[in-house]
Amino acid sequence: MELSWGAHLWSVLPEIVLVLATAGIMAVDAWLPEGRKRELGYWAIGGLGVALGVTVVQAAQLAVGVAAPYEAFGGSVRADLAAMLFRVIFILSGILTVAISMDFRPLRQSGEYYVLLMASILGMGLMGAAVNLVTLYLALETVGIALYLLAGYLRDTPRSAEAGLKYFLFGVFSSTVMLYGLALLYGFTGEIAYARIAQVLPELPAPVVTAALLLVLVGFGFKVSAVPFHFWTPDVYEGAPTPVTAFISVASKSAGFALLIRAMMEAFPTAQASWVALMAALAFVTMTVGNLLAIPQRNLKRLLAYSSIAQAGYILIGVAAASPLGIAASIFYLGIYTLTNIAAFAVAVIMTNVTGSEEIRDLAGLSRRSPGLALAMLAALLSLGGIPPLVGFFAKLFVFAAAIESGLLWLAIAGVLNAMVAFYYYITVARAMYVDRSPEEGKPVPIPRPSHFTLWFTVAGVLLLTVLVYPLYRLAQMAAQAF
Amino acid sequence: MTIPAVPIPILSFIVFTPLVGALLLLLIPRHQKDAARAFAAAVSGFTLLLALWAFVAYDRSAGGYQFVERMSWLPQLGIHYYVGVDGVSLPLVLLSALVLFTGVLVSWNIEDRPHELFAFMLLLASGIMGVFVARNLVLLFFFYEIAIFPKYFLIAIWGSTRKEYAAMKLVLYTLVGSIIALVGALALYFVSPVRTFDMDVLRELAARGAFARTVEVFGQAVRFDYLWFLPVFLGFAVTAGLWPFHNWVPDGHSAAPTAGSMFLAGVVMKVGAYSALRVGIELMPGGAVYWLPVVVFLAVVAALYSAAISLVQEDLKYVIAFSSIGHMAFVTIGFAAMNVTGLTGAVLQMFSHGVMAAILFAVVGMVYDQAHTRYLAHLGGFARVMPLATLGFILGGLVAMGMPGFSGFVAEFQVFAGIWAARETAWWYPWVVILAAPSIALSAAYILRALQATFFGDLDLKRYPHVRDVTALDKVAIVTLAVWFVLIGVFPRVMTDLIQTGVEPIASLLQGAMVASLR
Repeated sequence: MELSWGAHLWSVLPEIVLVLATAGIMAVDAWLPEGRKRELGYWAIGGLGVALGVTVVQAAQLAVGVAAPYEAFGGSVRADLAAMLFRVIFILSGILTVAISMDFRPLRQSGEYYVLLMASILGMGLMGAAVNLVTLYLALETVGIALYLLAGYLRDTPRSAEAGLKYFLFGVFSSTVMLYGLALLYGFTGEIAYARIAQVLPELPAPVVTAALLLVLVGFGFKVSAVPFHFWTPDVYEGAPTPVTAFISVASKSAGFALLIRAMMEAFPTAQASWVALMAALAFVTMTVGNLLAIPQRNLKRLLAYSSIAQAGYILIGVAAASPLGIAASIFYLGIYTLTNIAAFAVAVIMTNVTGSEEIRDLAGLSRRSPGLALAMLAALLSLGGIPPLVGFFAKLFVFAAAIESGLLWLAIAGVLNAMVAFYYYITVARAMYVDRSPEEGKPVPIPRPSHFTLWFTVAGVLLLTVLVYPLYRLAQMAAQAF
Repeated sequence: MTIPAVPIPILSFIVFTPLVGALLLLLIPRHQKDAARAFAAAVSGFTLLLALWAFVAYDRSAGGYQFVERMSWLPQLGIHYYVGVDGVSLPLVLLSALVLFTGVLVSWNIEDRPHELFAFMLLLASGIMGVFVARNLVLLFFFYEIAIFPKYFLIAIWGSTRKEYAAMKLVLYTLVGSIIALVGALALYFVSPVRTFDMDVLRELAARGAFARTVEVFGQAVRFDYLWFLPVFLGFAVTAGLWPFHNWVPDGHSAAPTAGSMFLAGVVMKVGAYSALRVGIELMPGGAVYWLPVVVFLAVVAALYSAAISLVQEDLKYVIAFSSIGHMAFVTIGFAAMNVTGLTGAVLQMFSHGVMAAILFAVVGMVYDQAHTRYLAHLGGFARVMPLATLGFILGGLVAMGMPGFSGFVAEFQVFAGIWAARETAWWYPWVVILAAPSIALSAAYILRALQATFFGDLDLKRYPHVRDVTALDKVAIVTLAVWFVLIGVFPRVMTDLIQTGVEPIASLLQGAMVASLR
């Protein structure tokens, strides 16, 4: 069926809006006088807000059935609910990140920062929609290049420059390995579209399929920071500007999962038996290593880095379950994780602004110093730990339920034991805030207004979504039906 | 058998009043400490009135689950907001409200961040009462986990001695137990012919033997309820302080602030026992019939061990802390009787021990506030300055020794009578009575020893020149709790009639499973 131009454009409408908004930011950057560069953040939020509005409308149309999913641009991208939901995650995390970036001292004077951030969101949107190998790779690299630059954005700070370089080297290396896998797939099947590859795959010799799968997984594993492709994570998270760390930890990880889920379900459905075992092993190793290495951390950003590795492990449990419930659980988990992790990083940004330090011990006395901020952090930590009444409880419940349903009882048991380990180190952060004393505790912590917005939005979300868990779960479930 | 919902959602009010109160409390300006205290007292007092109202308004002749509320939450997965109370849960709801109210009163003088203190207490109470009213498994776990982390903060911030160690130990113990039980509950969900977490439906299925089927685990064919009963029951029993998972109890109870100890011993341990009953025994009666006669040994060891070790403690708070392990062991023994008498005794013991532990810990806290020590060797003669508190301790002590005329006797007697009546179950059941009975004599010994060392003898005026009587609020707390011992001791039917309506269905479920296992 021949698609109209309108239909082609509709499939990437959020990206078109983002391109226009990015151009707009550049123009505003040139026009704003030097002293008012902070306002660029509001412009960026405005642009992203329009893109978010467009995406939400599109997602609603797909969800209620006004629009049907289809593939556009000769089978490059698919417009379906999953793609739109992932875009909502990316753009929302972009908005929340911009809000905490505006008053982060080293960053605020620059237009390029917002341009790079929006370019990476654009790439992520395509990652979530890609249905052939070429789009996959192009989108991945668009995101990668923008994020390498963002991680090394503070050129004068050696740690940030190191983070950028490290991220770049690891990124390039893993995407080269992945490219080799993609070439293998293309060479043996002669196809680039997922659906066609899936048709040809059963005829190929098993070692080839396994080799391609393993090589491709290196690239995905890097993006979601799964063990053993996680070595960059702590250093990059620590060195990158904190708002960028927040963004990488949620948006980039979600984009990696979007790619992973779609590729596994659409290109490798016939090899499910082998990748389910692989994913289960990956999930187990990722959460266990992430949680155990998080325990000795003294730096808040490194702790959150290992925690985010562990979270990737839980999300992989849902992928390993490879059932409608499992995929829905993974998508649901990503949405919740995005809100929660940004809340935690928002507190880290505010504290870094005040204390100039990223050590956990410098959170001491926060509950006396700024009770609201301490409470926000506590809510974020408990939600990451899966403790009710915060919505993280349901995220964990769903992935564990999916594992048991698919017969992966051992993985569910490993998961709950991991959740306990995680609770231990989350509570040590809470302990610093609530139990430890500090000579600074008389001085209140100033919270800039945009950061206030991020905090309120995320914490309210983490609390209220417990009550409204059903609509969100239903959406994730409908999105999972696409696969 | 369910009664149509009453127009006022009273159970939701009981559960969420403290939660909302906790959030509002944090909005009171920091320096207005008295306002925070008064507000916490008002919220907890209101909760207590609601709980009392439910206790009185419950229709005992009808029995079953009443004040039922049901709302859709995650309908596709069979998760609902579904609450109700029966004869087992209603006394425990009342107990939680009593401990919450009196806990707030005895914490009045704490100067360090009272806003947060009362907020965590209210949150904890909300979670605990949620467990008692939940009729959906996920809802039960939801509240169960809510009731874990506030304990950490209560102990680590406002506690004493090795407070951070004790807080972490307690939280990790109970968390491990609960998540093992959670995996069991999820397994139950997937093996059930109807995909639901609704406990009414699951119990109905259990009665028909749906969980007695064989499943394959790691290549072995085993009966589902034989496999999962033990992890679920013991996972919850960790919180109930069952030997050998009791290790958190002495440290946790002793390190906690007074109100925290009252909560831990008074209601938190009941949350464990209650959940073990509701999820373990009720949903897997076949597993209960198979395993409980074995588990009862753990309880006998717990009863003897705790009584013996209480006798040699030098720290007054450790005496009471260890004693609670023994008293909770009687709950497990009552469960193991698997008949109406034993189960009634077990549930009554939960209520009776809850009130008793609350009053004993409250008085210990009052003594500590004055003396700044809990070492028995340094105490003495406090009866002269705080007569009402001494009376409270004596009453609590009489309950602890199972003195006739008080609630402890009614409960423990029924537990033993139940086990004796069930002596056909296993040849060692009469021995359970013979072995566990000495622990009652031992408990008389340690209570009298603590009482003598703390309250009688001469008051060392050089060491304690400024000792005063307890405050009026403390007296209100003592009286509020002590009334219940005498009431139940003299009119046991206030409670037993109610409890019997709740345990009869459970007992018949277990009898059915017993008959099925003989076939």
